[in-house]
Amino acid sequence: MSHTDQPCCTDNWPQIKAKSEAALPRAIVEYIEQCRAKEHAESQLISVLHKLQGTVGYIGKEQIDAVAQLLGVPAAKVSGVATFYHFFSLEERGKFLISVCLGTACYVKGAQQVLEKFKEELGIESGETTKDGMFSLQVSRCLGTCGLAPVVMINEEVHAKVAPDNVAALLKMCQDKA
Amino acid sequence: MTGTVENTYAALKEKARQQYNLRHEATKTRIQIGSATCENAAGSEKVLEEFRKHIVASGKEDVVLHRTGCTGRCSREPIVTVIAPGKIPVKYERVDSGRVHEIFTSHIMGGKAKAELMLDSTEQPAQYELFFCNSARCINPAKVDLVGLFYDKLEQNNISAENARISKTSCMGLCEAGREGEAINVLIRPGKVIYNVKKATDIDEIIAAHIIGGKTVERLIVGGNPLGARFFELYGDSAFFNRQSRLALRNSGLIDPENIYEYVMVDGFEALAKVLAKSDRGWVIDEVTKSTLRGRGGGGYPTGTKWSMAAKENNETKYIICNADEGDPGAFMDRSMLEGDPLSIIEGMMIGAYAMGASNGFFYVRAEYPLAIKRIETALKLCREHGLLGKNILGSGWDFEIEVRLGAGAFVCGEETALIHSIEGERGQPRVRPPYPTTSGLWGKPTVINNVETFANVPLILLYGAQWFKQIGSARAGGTKVFSLTGKVHHTGLVEVPMGSTLREVVFDIGGGVPGGKALKAIQTGGPAGGTIPASLIDTAVDYESLTALGSIMGSGGMIVMDETDCMVDIAKFFITFSQDESCGKCTPCREGTKRMLEILDRITAGKGEKEDLDKLERLANLLRKSSLCGLGRAAPNPVLSTMKYFRKEYDAHVIDKVCPSGKCKALVKFEISEEKCVGCTACARHCPVACISGTPKHLHVIDQTRCIRCGKCFEVCRFNAVLKNGKAKA
Repeated sequence: MSHTDQPCCTDNWPQIKAKSEAALPRAIVEYIEQCRAKEHAESQLISVLHKLQGTVGYIGKEQIDAVAQLLGVPAAKVSGVATFYHFFSLEERGKFLISVCLGTACYVKGAQQVLEKFKEELGIESGETTKDGMFSLQVSRCLGTCGLAPVVMINEEVHAKVAPDNVAALLKMCQDKA
Repeated sequence: MTGTVENTYAALKEKARQQYNLRHEATKTRIQIGSATCENAAGSEKVLEEFRKHIVASGKEDVVLHRTGCTGRCSREPIVTVIAPGKIPVKYERVDSGRVHEIFTSHIMGGKAKAELMLDSTEQPAQYELFFCNSARCINPAKVDLVGLFYDKLEQNNISAENARISKTSCMGLCEAGREGEAINVLIRPGKVIYNVKKATDIDEIIAAHIIGGKTVERLIVGGNPLGARFFELYGDSAFFNRQSRLALRNSGLIDPENIYEYVMVDGFEALAKVLAKSDRGWVIDEVTKSTLRGRGGGGYPTGTKWSMAAKENNETKYIICNADEGDPGAFMDRSMLEGDPLSIIEGMMIGAYAMGASNGFFYVRAEYPLAIKRIETALKLCREHGLLGKNILGSGWDFEIEVRLGAGAFVCGEETALIHSIEGERGQPRVRPPYPTTSGLWGKPTVINNVETFANVPLILLYGAQWFKQIGSARAGGTKVFSLTGKVHHTGLVEVPMGSTLREVVFDIGGGVPGGKALKAIQTGGPAGGTIPASLIDTAVDYESLTALGSIMGSGGMIVMDETDCMVDIAKFFITFSQDESCGKCTPCREGTKRMLEILDRITAGKGEKEDLDKLERLANLLRKSSLCGLGRAAPNPVLSTMKYFRKEYDAHVIDKVCPSGKCKALVKFEISEEKCVGCTACARHCPVACISGTPKHLHVIDQTRCIRCGKCFEVCRFNAVLKNGKAKA
């Protein structure tokens, strides 16, 4: 019986299982169990990672191992998938995730200058997080709201027609919320 | 069995009618508010809440709120429509809390439309509005100008513009009715009445009975349920909308996407019921083939052929996938449909599944579209609750189930083999074809993958007939195409036009042209895989073949308008940056080629390009086109090749003259102060962020070129146009 078919195939499985479960929130462990009951369980890997990032905010190394063990797929594959897709973050992100859209419509309407202004105000590069853990900055490829270009998404909220001059106000709005 | 499906559907329709009537009593005023990602970003949720508060505060019980999807009039959102009983619907643009109060007080309470806040109009609505179907296909070269005659007769009867106003719309989907002799079709609102007018006496009768007397002329009414009527009843007066033919977007912005009864009320699932009742898979495939529907995701592969290939496969398990991984930057048609009318897509997908014999379907949706995911999930749940998914659908004995799978931000997953790998839980990397997915796809089983827009069209073909669908569109492709029109254009938003319409119709007639008095330079279609079409080719009729011939592609439908301030080399670099970033790395030509092309473009835009670079760039581009594994790599050079073909002079200017003509590439821009024009006002020196402008008041100022960071601030602030950019003053 291969490792993929059934995780509980080694002598130390109880310990590994306990360790893996401890590394993940309860809801994720339950979700993986539901997935395993379905046909083509391994195909649920991406949805497990989505749930994990949605709950924890990022996908750490420990979680990659834990998901691999509980879902019954090699850790190399979990890591391969988590690093392949841009949507997954392997590091903890700030309280506010600022995504500056650099899709074509936003680009021709000056989104690059908006991005530069964010970098200047926050003192970080794209893909980085401020030291106080408040803001993470990233570039996104088209949020599909091109009619309102240039757009910036802060967490789940889309802000329309952002100009470099609005950047300071947007950051202030976040700080007031925090 | 046949009777069962028909009876089950009839029962569903009856239930829908009851539910619908409960919500939309004819005596109540309806306030319709759009709700999609962009509408919400523009503040529509707050507007809805504000209206709710106003309704409660006013104590009015005859006003209801109606949340719909989005009509795609992005630059004017949020849009609110007020539909009072017996009155012409009035639409308001850019509504915010303050405007809610004004609209509520004036229109809802006072009964007078707030003309200055209206969409595309500043006039009070007339008592009646007449829309003539102006589709090129059903207008015969009439010997008698019936439309002109209508104008004359209204005048003779002393009916002013306040009483009756005339507009023309594009196809209402009445083509068959319009073909009798020299007849014309006219939609009269309020009331959504369509008349077929054949001769002068018909006009007299309509004016006397309907416009003056307020009674419909039953004899002339067009029967059936014409597709365009619902849309034009609401939007027939707006130039942005009335030149469009809304098929795929037929319900977007008209119905509540989270209410299955509203969908059934607009003939939803009738096509599916027809298919299941007929129980003839071959007929479905034949109809779709005859309609000349082609893949709307960009490839343009005939849908019927794809289905028939999968149908022929002898395998118990088959799959159907809806590709909703809309990754092209600058494209949002699919998102809008998923958010505005998910049930049409589901219905189309079910018909496809039935035809090819699939038992399971998957929606592969971008994770970046949270609202679209929610709406699709809600729609699937509603279908299950109403016996439209699961076992024994509509009592036909046919079983089918759909699951949602999320993408995770990889552009390459729009490629079908990569998409399949992603659903399987793997890295989304493509593989060599053949075998094609119709033979060996998801988990090695025969699989059909179609785009969102393709599915949205399917129910119409089975409802109105292949012939009807085919005649809307060009000889090579039937139906319409939805474009998301953005960039430097007055009216951004969703535009659906028949295949074969020209770029000019889309950009100028519907989009209103380029704002700010600037000249149109180019139109980019097809996203990172597409090309840039110069303004000189604006009269090109758009279909799959014509765009390919120009070195671009139809793509999924992104259309980005660029003006004279956009640099074509910079745009090419933008797309290569994108493709390089999104290259999955599996094959060498794409992985290495995009990287090297980007390096060359970086050099050119930094002013370090050499003549040989242009040859190298072209050679590399052709190599990628020939040798890459999948469509992403093969199409990645298109933006470079098309700009080199049409804008070679700009490349030469960057490389030989070291000048960026549009002033976009900073390294190739030089700011100077004109000796004749400078009055020494000091504005430039005061605004310069690096203090590199010297000069005393009332004397000539000078820019220190060694310290200038080329930010362009001096150019912007000079009121005397004395600062020159590449030797040219501000226009």
